[in-house]
Amino acid sequence: MCPPIPTEPSDAPPYPDGAVRVLGAAEPTGGRDGSAVARGMALGAADDGMARRLKALALTAPLHDLDARKRLLDGADFAVYAMAELALHAIDLVTVAMDFDRGASHDQVLRRLTPLAGAQAPRRPAAEHERAARWVLDNLINVGSVDRGFDTVYGTYHPDGRYERRRFDFKLLVELADPAGEIYLRATDEAVTVLVGALDTDVTSAQVAAEVTLDNLIRRGRLSDARTAAEAARYRTVQYAEQLRRSLEGTRRDVLSVDWLHTLPALVDEALGHVEARYRHENAILTHIRRYRDSAEDPAHKRAAADLVTIVADCVRRHTQLQARLQEAFAVFRAEQDRQQFAAPAAGGGTGVDLYTQLLAPTLARPLGEASQVAAAFFPGAAGVRPPRAPRLADLVDALLRPPAERDTLGAPVPEAELVAWEEPPRFGDDAWTLALELLDEIDPEAPRRLSGLLAEARALAGSAAVALEAGQLLTLLTLHAMSPRLAAVADRAGQPQRLGAKPRHGGDGAAGQPDAADGAEAVAGERPLLAVDDGTPLDDPEFAGADLLVGRVTVTDRPDPTEAETAGAAAAETDVAGSRAAETESAGTRATDAGTETGIGAGESGRAAPTATETGLVGAR
Amino acid sequence: MSLPVEAAEDDAGTATRSWPGAGPPVEAVARDAAELVAFGLRPRLVPARDARYRELVRRYLHESGFAALTHAVADGLGIVVLDVSDRAGLVAGGTAESAFTVRISDYARRAGGEHRAADRMLHALAQLAIAALAFPRPADLTDDSYVGRVSVDGVDAFVREAARLLETRAGGSAVPGPGDPTPEDEPRLEAAWRLYSRRPATGTTRDARRLSGSTTGIIARAMGFLVESGCLVQVGEEGGGTFRTTPRYQVQVRELAADAAMEELLALGVVTVAAPDGGLRVVPSVPDLLDAGAPASSADPAATPAEGRVDV
Repeated sequence: MCPPIPTEPSDAPPYPDGAVRVLGAAEPTGGRDGSAVARGMALGAADDGMARRLKALALTAPLHDLDARKRLLDGADFAVYAMAELALHAIDLVTVAMDFDRGASHDQVLRRLTPLAGAQAPRRPAAEHERAARWVLDNLINVGSVDRGFDTVYGTYHPDGRYERRRFDFKLLVELADPAGEIYLRATDEAVTVLVGALDTDVTSAQVAAEVTLDNLIRRGRLSDARTAAEAARYRTVQYAEQLRRSLEGTRRDVLSVDWLHTLPALVDEALGHVEARYRHENAILTHIRRYRDSAEDPAHKRAAADLVTIVADCVRRHTQLQARLQEAFAVFRAEQDRQQFAAPAAGGGTGVDLYTQLLAPTLARPLGEASQVAAAFFPGAAGVRPPRAPRLADLVDALLRPPAERDTLGAPVPEAELVAWEEPPRFGDDAWTLALELLDEIDPEAPRRLSGLLAEARALAGSAAVALEAGQLLTLLTLHAMSPRLAAVADRAGQPQRLGAKPRHGGDGAAGQPDAADGAEAVAGERPLLAVDDGTPLDDPEFAGADLLVGRVTVTDRPDPTEAETAGAAAAETDVAGSRAAETESAGTRATDAGTETGIGAGESGRAAPTATETGLVGAR
Repeated sequence: MSLPVEAAEDDAGTATRSWPGAGPPVEAVARDAAELVAFGLRPRLVPARDARYRELVRRYLHESGFAALTHAVADGLGIVVLDVSDRAGLVAGGTAESAFTVRISDYARRAGGEHRAADRMLHALAQLAIAALAFPRPADLTDDSYVGRVSVDGVDAFVREAARLLETRAGGSAVPGPGDPTPEDEPRLEAAWRLYSRRPATGTTRDARRLSGSTTGIIARAMGFLVESGCLVQVGEEGGGTFRTTPRYQVQVRELAADAAMEELLALGVVTVAAPDGGLRVVPSVPDLLDAGAPASSADPAATPAEGRVDV
């Protein structure tokens, strides 16, 4: 892909001469230049790209020029040196040495370039090596010219076909002076972009070629042109096919209804020509675009190419179909001609009976009695033969003796439905509930436990595998629910939603400063809701995955005012003995207080409510 | 199917049996011939669906002796072999006395009461009309590859249009012309078309079925009967039920029914000369007349009676 080459260097100060100038422009102002650029843009994308490529090509000219001129030098035979290579090395050296405000000095560059020249011609004297290196460097700076730069002339076409020549000035290496007055070298943007950047391309890579070609086709609208053409051709093919189908159908009905002398042969010829042209064209497109599609890397390009391949393949398929039918067309004509024009007289002699004129109409016109006879005579022949039904005697007797089915106008009585209230069976058995609740109840308010420990104990205590499984699931579920912000729902059962606040209580340190143990027991007798906290420990369990939650008992106390609640939450965070991560505990604590302020929104929900989706993210069944 | 093997066995069998100088045992051949006739009595079966049937049909077509024997067996049963082909199998017609013949009196047995004669007439007329619309042109009857398409509503509209033409000819139903007495005096002298056009085209019963006495009810019953007889195949529900003809139906109408009806007409002294291209004009587009019933396919000729063709 071509990297964009700036038409004008945007960082003008160091290189004021890099602008494009229109030859013969009377007014060398920026405004004039701008309008020229605007005109150039109006030429369209294709011409723009052409101009860019011409300029890029021009940048390499000084390098080729070195090789061309090396033999013409007086007093030295530079033919053995690969000058363009040396020049590229020189530019590379300068580029590498360039930092933000400095560049490489002449000596620096020469020092590094001379050995490279020496390696190319080891038998030559060292002085010559240095001379060659200096010659290359001087030529890159273009020391001999007045403005120490290069220029080239290229042309652009206007939409009206006019050709306009333009001059492109550029430099490869420029000499600049630093504040101390020392001269140093910098590679220009053009040199870096083209000679360092753009030339660094794997020219043998088919993929790159495909990318570039495809990119060009797409940018210049060629791909959509091809697509439009293919689609138009497909419509034409469908039209031909429809015309042909109608003609052939007409032929099958009556060979004389279609002009097989002039019209149809012309149609077939035209259609065959169309198919031939399109087939060749579209197969060529298909071959190329398929290759581009397969080697392109850019998904957008790939898709565009794939779309075109699909469409063109369908077009080719339709053309092929049409061609097959075109080839059969004359065979159909001949067969139908044989059948219709040279057919033997119909079986039974003469043409068939005209059923309407000779039978139906006269019959309808006859009086009823006579018409009946005619129609009755027609009937047996048309209906054909049919074996008479001969029922077995047993069946016959049964059929005769069967009582007639009685029909009630109202139909069968609707049975009165006995409705039984249906209760959903509990998800977990009583054993599991007992086990899980016992385990959770046994948690010491002063010592929170890990979910993994609870699970292990539940499995150990369970009487059977089924109970162990259920108890494990139930424990996890209850624990997850204990993480829920709806903790208030549990607290609510005390009937004092406005007075209650929940506060986590972790270990002895937390409890030491708080007189809440007795307080909570007093406020809600026996109500010590569960609280689970995720401290980041992963759960290692065969059945569940997620966080190994810390499960603890919370004592319900009187609800402090909001600021107190916050400090209480913060205090809880600070006094977290279990080493919970502060942020998480804080959030849990804040959540708990938030829940406490809820005025019974979730009051009706029981503690067995299913966990919400966010919670299952923490602990989920494996 | 392993035809070559069977053929080889056949050849070998013929060879061994021909050793003593006699043909194959006549009992075996007669049995095969009777089997072929029995296949022909199962009208919905076609040779393409049954290997044995196919084999017997092929034998009929290639062995003249076997064919003659088949004809003899059929003749004894009161059956006329109308045609034997790969497509239709053995197409049989019943003679007047045969036990296998279905008569209009059997078919319209359930029609009773005062309208008995009229209903029987309409049922028979429906059959005639279906055939006339299924094979609108004379050539359609003789073209073995022709497949007709008919619908219930299309047939009804067709007969009503024919009746309208006859009415125009008669100069309007309000003025009874000569030979056109009022029905009360002599019901059997009323022209058949008047009876048809007087019948309602449709109607519903209390349980939302098609009124069996309406003309579409009668035509639908006729078509259902023809389906059972292997003469029509239902292809769709549009137009009150759309059907296509089978080769068997074409043969039966061409070889037997049309001739029988023609003979009756001749006996009544009615001779109509038909133009070679028939009295019906096949129009490419669907006319208003058959709007409800005509199938959409352009392959199906929508037929309309041409003016001036109706001859008495």
